[in-house]
Amino acid sequence: MPSQEFCLSPRECKPAMFWSLMGLGGLVLLGTLAAFFYLEHHGHVMTGMNNQIVWGLPHVFAVFLIVAASGVLNVASIGSVFGKKMYKARAPLSGLLAIAMLAGGLIVLVLDLGRPERLIVAMTHYNFKSIFAWNMIFYNGFFAIVGLYLLTLMDRRLNPWSKPVGLIAFLWRLALTTATGSIFGFLVARAGYNSALYAPMFIIYSFSYGLAAFILVQSVMYKWNEIQVDERILARLKNLLAIFIAASLYFTAVLHLTNMYFAKQWEFERFILFDGGIYPVLFWGGQVFLGGILPLLLIFSQAGRHPATVFFAALLVVLGGHFQMYVTIIGGQAFPLDLFPGYAESSSFFDGVVASYTPTVWELLLGIGGIATAFLITTAAVRVLKFMPQDDFKDIELQAH
Amino acid sequence: MSEHNLDSDNPDRRAFLKAGAVVTGSALAPGVLLYGVAQARAPEEPASDKVRWGMLIDVNKCANGCDDCVTACNEENGLSGATGPQDSQWIRKLNIRHLKSGVETSLPMLCQHCEHPPCVDVCPTGASMKRADGIVLVDRHTCIGCRYCMMACPYKARSFVHEPLTDQNPEVPRGKGCVESCTFCVQKVDRGENTTACVEACNAAGHKAMLFGDLNDPQSEIAQAMKTYATTEVRADLRLNTGVRYRGI
Repeated sequence: MPSQEFCLSPRECKPAMFWSLMGLGGLVLLGTLAAFFYLEHHGHVMTGMNNQIVWGLPHVFAVFLIVAASGVLNVASIGSVFGKKMYKARAPLSGLLAIAMLAGGLIVLVLDLGRPERLIVAMTHYNFKSIFAWNMIFYNGFFAIVGLYLLTLMDRRLNPWSKPVGLIAFLWRLALTTATGSIFGFLVARAGYNSALYAPMFIIYSFSYGLAAFILVQSVMYKWNEIQVDERILARLKNLLAIFIAASLYFTAVLHLTNMYFAKQWEFERFILFDGGIYPVLFWGGQVFLGGILPLLLIFSQAGRHPATVFFAALLVVLGGHFQMYVTIIGGQAFPLDLFPGYAESSSFFDGVVASYTPTVWELLLGIGGIATAFLITTAAVRVLKFMPQDDFKDIELQAH
Repeated sequence: MSEHNLDSDNPDRRAFLKAGAVVTGSALAPGVLLYGVAQARAPEEPASDKVRWGMLIDVNKCANGCDDCVTACNEENGLSGATGPQDSQWIRKLNIRHLKSGVETSLPMLCQHCEHPPCVDVCPTGASMKRADGIVLVDRHTCIGCRYCMMACPYKARSFVHEPLTDQNPEVPRGKGCVESCTFCVQKVDRGENTTACVEACNAAGHKAMLFGDLNDPQSEIAQAMKTYATTEVRADLRLNTGVRYRGI
């Protein structure tokens, strides 16, 4: 029975369930491809994006996935680079998720390009002054390095190499997230961006989003195999998540406080924090409360010891991460450029007014295609290779018998 | 004895010199004129960094409510002239009002053709580029439509083509999925006309608020004007050394 070889036991194979999950992911991806071809034919006129909001909902999903992809590798890094045994057992799953989520994020970015068929141009023409061009090198390199890292983790003969390769992967991911944050940090003309804080802040965000995504996937895998996660392991993961959430909130606060200190940026801060319509609501309600304060409260509550509570807290962090990306990406563009400080501006090109943006279903389909891609890669991979965290599982098995 | 006396004494010699001057003049004049045109470059010759094209806009002469420059640009470059949020606008009339004094000014805003253009810096493929003569362009063959240049431009000068285009001006290729902006009417410049549609329209309307020329040529009208009057760069704090300057702000 070859199909059962991949499962921990015949009982846990659940082929019907597996294929329904693959079917569901495939269906979503089919919707994404339909949206892509529709937009490819009609143009971006069918989206809510315009000459004011040039990056929209697809970018919210894409940048979240890319940032979380680099962060999810942290679990492996803590194991390989810093030698923590509990994390070492989770390193293969962490590496797999990193590759799957990066692939998901990038597919959205590519499908949203005005000329997606010119991807080859992007791969062959590099302007090294552009942080975007550097990102392409970092993303491609990430696949190669993490792929190699997975090999050293999963092949016993190559196992001694896992530490040096893991170290390279760790440094590479730091560079990658620095470059991703700098996409925004280097935009000198826009009040909402233009801050060196974007690079470290995105690294901290990645720690938080990545670990939350890891906890979600791990929880589902344990549930699938009908085993309970060890309490001590859960406690460590949730405490680490809490530290990352708190650090993310800290960096968010510092970014806005420094902006408020610079008189020039005050107008933008008032917009994004108080009177900017949907954006302050998403910032305070979505990013800060749902994605920050509430998960912290849950983790440190009495119920925080239960796997379901930690799962829910991680889900909130992922949700909050999407709100954060929406506020950062869309909110930052919605605030008008100030060409003439000290003047009120108006024109036929929407100067001086807050840009409006209503995403369409096509953009949503492109965006969730990234999640579907990551989901499909992960589901298929955990089926055919041993990505299930092993140490505690063995311990639990021994205890059971 | 002076030559003058010699000439006056010899009418034949004087007539001969006159005729010679006329013949030489008529033979040389077209050559001199052609030389001037030839200075504008032959089609196969690359743009030269000896030239830096620029524009000076006198906002005191720019009439409030007049948008002849915008109409001329649309016609020259084959833009529809529609002004929805997804439509391209290469040049627009910007109305500004000083928040304290209440003074209102109207001015054309377009790609500022910076010496250090942020759009060129951020473009991953190098499609956003600056020619040797200072004109900032988008290479339609290598633009992947990522729109990062639009995020980076401090002047909101760029547009993304959101839908398929028809009836284009063959001299000004545009295309769905690419980013575009003012080209300083590069097709006219390369033909040696050394002017832009907006400047021509402004002159035709009698406002003469816009001046186009070579900033590097000390004898050019624009260089002379910039030596005479104080001019302003928009967002001078960014130190982009823009090719478009304003007077009277």
